[in-house]
Order: sequence, then structure tokens, then C-alpha cells
Amino acid sequence: MAIEIEKPSVGLSKVAVSETHGEDSPYFAGWKAYDENPYNESSNPSGVIQMGLAENQVSFDLLEKYLEEHSEASSWGKGAPGFRENALFQDYHGLKSFRQAMANFMEQIRGGRARFDPDRIVLTAGATAANELLTFILADPGDALLVPTPYYPGFDRDLRWRTGVKIVPIHCDSSNNFQVTPEAMEAAYRCAESMNLKVRGILITNPSNPLGATIQRTVLEQILDFATNKNIHLVSDEIYSGSTFSSSEFISIAEVLETRGYKDSERVHIVYSLSKDLGLPGFRVGTIYSYNDKVVTTARRMSSFTLISSQTQHLLACMLSNKEFSENYIKTNRERLTRRYDMIINGLKTAGIECLKGNAGLFCWMNLSPLLEEPTRESELALWKVILNEVRLNISPGSSCHCSEPGWFRVCFANMSEQTLEVALKRIHKLMEQRRRRN
Amino acid sequence: MVAISKIATGNGHGENSPYFDGWKAYEANPFHPTDRPDGVIQMGLAENQLCFSLIKKWVMQHPEASLCSAEGVDRFKETALFQDYHGMPEFRQAVAKFMGKVRGDRVKFDPDRIVMSGGATGAHEMVAFCLADPGEAFLVPTPYYPGFDRDLRWRTGVQLVPVVCESWNNFKITRNALEAAYEKATKANLRVKGLLITNPSNPLGTVLDRDTLRSVVKFIDEKNIHLIGDEIYAATVFMEPEFVSISEIIEEVECNRDLIHIVYSLSKDMGFPGFRVGIVYSYNDAVVSCARKMSSFGLVSSQTQHLIASMLSNDEFVDSFIAESKDQLSKRHKYFTWNLSQVGIGSLKSNAGLFIWMDLRKLLKEKTFDAEMDLWRVIINEVKLNVSPGSSFHCNEPGWFRVCFANMDDHTMEVALSRIRTFMLKHNEAMVPRKLCRRSSLKLSFSRRRDDLMSPSIMSPHSPIPQSPLVRART
Repeated sequence: MAIEIEKPSVGLSKVAVSETHGEDSPYFAGWKAYDENPYNESSNPSGVIQMGLAENQVSFDLLEKYLEEHSEASSWGKGAPGFRENALFQDYHGLKSFRQAMANFMEQIRGGRARFDPDRIVLTAGATAANELLTFILADPGDALLVPTPYYPGFDRDLRWRTGVKIVPIHCDSSNNFQVTPEAMEAAYRCAESMNLKVRGILITNPSNPLGATIQRTVLEQILDFATNKNIHLVSDEIYSGSTFSSSEFISIAEVLETRGYKDSERVHIVYSLSKDLGLPGFRVGTIYSYNDKVVTTARRMSSFTLISSQTQHLLACMLSNKEFSENYIKTNRERLTRRYDMIINGLKTAGIECLKGNAGLFCWMNLSPLLEEPTRESELALWKVILNEVRLNISPGSSCHCSEPGWFRVCFANMSEQTLEVALKRIHKLMEQRRRRN
Repeated sequence: MVAISKIATGNGHGENSPYFDGWKAYEANPFHPTDRPDGVIQMGLAENQLCFSLIKKWVMQHPEASLCSAEGVDRFKETALFQDYHGMPEFRQAVAKFMGKVRGDRVKFDPDRIVMSGGATGAHEMVAFCLADPGEAFLVPTPYYPGFDRDLRWRTGVQLVPVVCESWNNFKITRNALEAAYEKATKANLRVKGLLITNPSNPLGTVLDRDTLRSVVKFIDEKNIHLIGDEIYAATVFMEPEFVSISEIIEEVECNRDLIHIVYSLSKDMGFPGFRVGIVYSYNDAVVSCARKMSSFGLVSSQTQHLIASMLSNDEFVDSFIAESKDQLSKRHKYFTWNLSQVGIGSLKSNAGLFIWMDLRKLLKEKTFDAEMDLWRVIINEVKLNVSPGSSFHCNEPGWFRVCFANMDDHTMEVALSRIRTFMLKHNEAMVPRKLCRRSSLKLSFSRRRDDLMSPSIMSPHSPIPQSPLVRART
């Protein structure tokens, strides 16, 4: 590309040149290391094992089996009579059958303890789009959302980049297993006020990423009360709701609202997606479920910028409206994730590593603070580099999740085969052995 | 009551435009050949439905293109996991090849410059986010697609300044009009960051000629502003003159390529609006990089990428599709415009798009937009056709209407035409008695009508001098 030195370079927007896209975080640097030297059991057994990507690969066989048995229905029927109508369908309300199927699926995940109205479901291309879209609707540029730490690094981009909205962290620490407290919420609110930021909402992830744990009912009630007191919105990102190890332990904000008779529910919005529970991140299936009519209407209009492919809506409508399939999937997926979790926790324990007690998600929250030279972020990053370059495991440092306590790492376990997980555990054992000998 | 944002409470969603009122009328009473033969016929939706049989045939012959078939299911896992915002290489290669073929292989497109988006709707918004700050402006020639008001402005805060084009020269974009718009923006303290052109044009159905394109490129280069070329209708050019893309002009005219960006989609050319395949193609590396990151908010479903990659990499299918589509559009266009001219309705001479720009100026009670709205309401409520009034496209002259013709089967087209015939007959009968009373104006009105019909910009090239029932009745 020729560089025109005489002409002044034409500007791009401030949004374009800012770094709020967040890709300079170590969260992504590790991915690059993996991309350059990816582990492969046969062809590259000493490569980097990817443990920084929260994907669910444990239940694909169930999906493939469904497709093999229902290939005509899930495509466009014999002779493809449904093709034309499907290819033309661009209504931002979304396919009714798909919304119905999603509502049912969300109910099944919650053991029928909450009801979902398909007409309150707005479809977006992934939870990434859903979170950004909600932020555009709930807050003006320069306003703030409160988010408990540690949180998913992608929020820095999704909630802030193009919206101009700020994130003010609600600091949580290991003294009470990183749970949100009323004091922490108040402190964050006061902090925002002191910076002259108008707080418009609080965004929680339940089950939590990166903690891998569900939020307790009492804490959910406290969060809802706080939002009500301050008259702000509450967004509950429940993307991992189907990835709990036991059906009864996850309590959705929808259930809390139900027990309160939906009083004051118009401040509550739920984000969901099929990227984690069904393991379909490539299909870009996100949803916003809002109890606020104006938000539903506006979100639906805005979804024009990020609709779900009608081809994908059709396939998933077929799949998820098959009750036999969805019930079996939810149950089997849970069992397999639990097994995976037990495997990694026990493996780490034998190596002398403790993790936060988890009950959900595709990862565990590992405590390596005993290994830090000093209890600082720099030490954590130094240890992270050793793990990435020498042990060759891409795990995510807690600082990239804005954790206020150094030494914690998120380790994904569902995006690989059991054999690969064994290899990873062996490498960790070796690292711990070396450290013990050094000491 | 908990408040929501200014963006959410405002009217930036644009749905209060008459463009959508007609759709609402259609939705309340949609035409169906057997169930609702008196329903409203949708002629306000620019869709391409003429070539589905060809596509269906391909789909049935290629089960491996679907992840749901026995032949395709072994790609399921890999595809379902693929969320890389670079997009599948096969997808980008197939789209780049398709874009080249649509331009007669006169230019090549680099697959690495292809960035995905949530349809062209998502692409336009994404480009606006990349190129302009809130409060800055894009110039847009009128008449233009009503969706731009939402897509370019709503969440971005960017403003649009019209480049006024007029009927006397077939709505061509002139240097004067560009300069006038630029000056107007500057006087209003708006910083102009770019010019957006749609070529082929919606709603005009015309292509920009080489001279105009050169002039446009020179203009943006001199002013050092971006040029965004929306080429979403590129493959719908069914007749001479040939389509000339911005990608071709920049090979002929010196300009800073960092200013050049193309928006594309498969919604019109292929008839796949539901699949949400939007593309941003930029000659500016920084824009490609930024847009790619932003595409996270609107990636194309990997299931769809897989299907499209299969389909568009099949040369034989693509070549026959492009030819067949042109042929079908040409036939439909010719038939429709000829029949309209038979009842004295002219339209802008066009060779592309899925619609015509119909001239009903002479049917207006007065030369005002209120009169245009009155006429439009009659067309919706009495003639029961949803057509789009020119004012919703920001046309500076009342009396023009966009009428879509490619989104229906032959039978529906016949019903629409017979309704138009009936309406024009009624209208002409209503006109005659008034004119007879004023003998002095009789000749005047007759010759004016003939001039309308014979003016080269208005007459369809295919129709002989139309034997309008009005003319016959008079002589």
C-alpha cells in the first residue's frame, strides 16, 4: 500500500483508533501463542494446550446424532420446499417456532421453575451483540454500569467500545469466595458518583465466568434490592445456565422475580446464548429476554444490525422443539461436564493446587497465589508467561479478568478430549514437582 | 420507573416513516391468490424472488453444503465451533470470486479484505462507526434508501446531508450538487467525513455512468473524504449500460485508496435476505482491521458461511445463476414497464435493481408532498398496492414512487397490473369531463401528456408510442 506523504492522512473515528477493542490484553496474547504452536496429540505433542477458550466440546455426538436422524426436517425438507421462505425470512421478530423453542429450552434448564414468554425473546447474533445492544438501550455515552470482579474480559469491549459507556468494578475477593456483598455494591456506586458517573445498571454473570460458580439466592435478592433502591437496571447474563453440574443449584433471576410476583421486574433483563450450553459459538445465537416492554420493542428494532441467520434459526427450532432430544441433552451434558470438572479438580489437588469450589461452567478458578514471588499483578503475569512458554498451557490470568487479588487463573476443561486434559494435568504436575524441588 | 437511554427513547429507529406505514397496511391485509384475493399487494419490498428454482436445484444436488445431511454432518462440529471473526477462508474466497464475476472479471477482489457483518444493514452501521465520530456527517445523494437514516445515524450519532439530485437530468449526481451539499454542511458546522453512493441506485434502478463515477472519485479525493460505494444491487443489472464498479474506477483514476470502501450483501443479488450475509470491503488496511474486530457484533453464522462457500465456489452454478437472474429481471422489467406505459404511466429509464421509479407527477392534485401523500393513500387503500412514496426517499420533487416488481410471481403481477389499469381508467374518466368544460385547455393538456410520454428520460425504451386509452378516447 503506497503511503501518500504529501496528503494528510484521512482520519478514522475515535472509536476506530481507540484500544477499547481490548485485544492487547494477555487474555488474547495467550491465544496468539496457541495459534502459533497448537497442541496436537500426534503431530505436535509438545505444542501449547488451549485452556483459555471456554468452549463446550463434550456433547457434540448428541447433536450429530440428532442431525443424522432428522436431516430433512432440520434442513429444508425433502425437495427443499422450505428453502425459499427460509431464505427470504428477515423479520426482526425472529421465527416464531424458534423463539418458542428457545423459551422452552430456557424453562427446561431451570427445571420449570420459571416461565418464559416467547414474545419477550429478542434474537441477536451471539451474546456479544446482546450485551452491547442492551448497553445502548440502558445507558447513554459516559454513563456507567457496575460489574462484579472478576469478570469476562470481553465485557470491556462489548459494553464499552462503541457505546461509550464505562464499567465501574464491584470488587469481590476470596475471603467470601468472591461473592458480591451489599457493601461492595455500595462502594462501587459511591466510587462512580465520585467520578461524576451516572450509574444506569448492574450486570452480573450467573453462573459466573470466570469463577465457575452459581450465585446464591440470598445474594441474588440483595443484588435485586440494590438495583431497586437505586432505581437502576439489572442485567443477568445466564449464558452458562445449562452448564451447571446439578440442576437444582442454579437459581435464575427469573425465579427470584417469580417468587416476588414479578413486582418491579421492568428493570430486569436476561442475556442468553447457545454458544456455551450447546457448544455452537459459530452459529451466533444470542438472546435478550426483557421484562420491560419498551426495552423489548427497542431491542427488537436494534437487532436489525445483528439478526440470526434464518437458516440457523430453522435448524435450531427443529432441534430444540424436540423435547426428547433437549431433555436428554441437558441431562447428559450436565453429567459429562461434572465428570470433566471432577477430573481436573482431583488432578490439580494431587498436584497440590486448590481451586475455588465450583458447580458450573466450562472452567475452574485455580489458586496459584502460593507460587507468586510477590502478591502483585506483575508476579502473576510473570508466572503466567512461564506457564504459557515453558509448561505450554494457555490459561487466563486473573488480572485480565480484573481480579483484585493476584494469583488466580481461569482454566478451561471442556474444550478438549479427556486424553488432552490428562496431558495438561501431567504438565502441571511436572511444574509443581519442579517448584517443590527448587524450594 | 427506571429510565432507558436517549438512543432508545428517540425516533432514530426510523419506523415512523411512511415507508413503513405501507408495510403495516400490507401486514394487516396481505394479498393471497386464493385466501385473500382483495388483499394489499406488496410492492414496497425490494426482494429478488425470480431465481429460486435454480438455487433449490443446486441445494438438492449438493447435500454436503448443508450440515444437516448425511454427507455434510461430519463437518458439523468444526463448523459449529468456528467463531473466528476473520471468517472461513473458503467463504471469503468464494465471495471474492463472486464479486469479481459479477463485475465481468474486470477486477479481482482480495479475500483478505473481506469483512463480515450482519447484512448490509450491519455493514453500513459498522462503516459509519469506523469512519466518523458522533456529530460528523456523510453526504448522500437523494433520492436514497430510507433505511440509511437509521443504519448510518441511529446508534452512531452521525448526520446525513443530502446531495440533491433532480429529475431534469435523470437524477444524475453533478459536481455542483456535491459542492453545494459540502458547502451546506460546512456552513452548518458539520465536519464531512464521507460520501455514500448506491450504485446501482436504490430507488432509481439506474447505474452511475463512468463520467459521474470519475467525477465522484475526484471530488472525494480533493476533499480528502471517504467514499462508500453500496453495490448491493451489482448483479441485478439486466441491460445496457454495463455496470461500472468503484473497484474499476480506482484503477483508472488517481486517488488515495485509503478512502475507498465497498458495502455488499447477498440479500438482493442472490435473494437471501434471511441469511444475513453482509460484507465490508475496504482498500484501507486500518479500516479492515478495525471493521474485523467490530464484526464480532454481527458475524455471519458459520452454518451459512459453509453453505455460501459451497454454493459460490461452484463456477458453473454461479455463471448460470448470474445469467438467468439477469434474464428473468429483464423480462419482468420489460413486461411491467410496457404494461404501465399502456395506461399512460411512465417511469425513469432504468436497467438495474428490483424496482422502477414510477412517475405519477401528473396525477398529483398539486405539486406538493401533501398531494403525494394523498395519492399514496389512495394507492394503498383503494388500489391496494403498497408502493413507496418518493418523499420517504428524500426526493426533492413530489410525485415519484418506487414500485418493486421482482418479489412476486406472474399471477400476482397480473393482478397488480389489472388493479393499476382499473385505477387509471377511473382516473382518466374522472379527468375527461373537467377538461371538456375548458375548451381552451383541451389541446394544452393533450400535448403535455404526449410530451411526458415521449421525453427520453421517461419513456421505457421498449414501448412503442403508447396507445393510451385516454388518447384513443379523445380521438
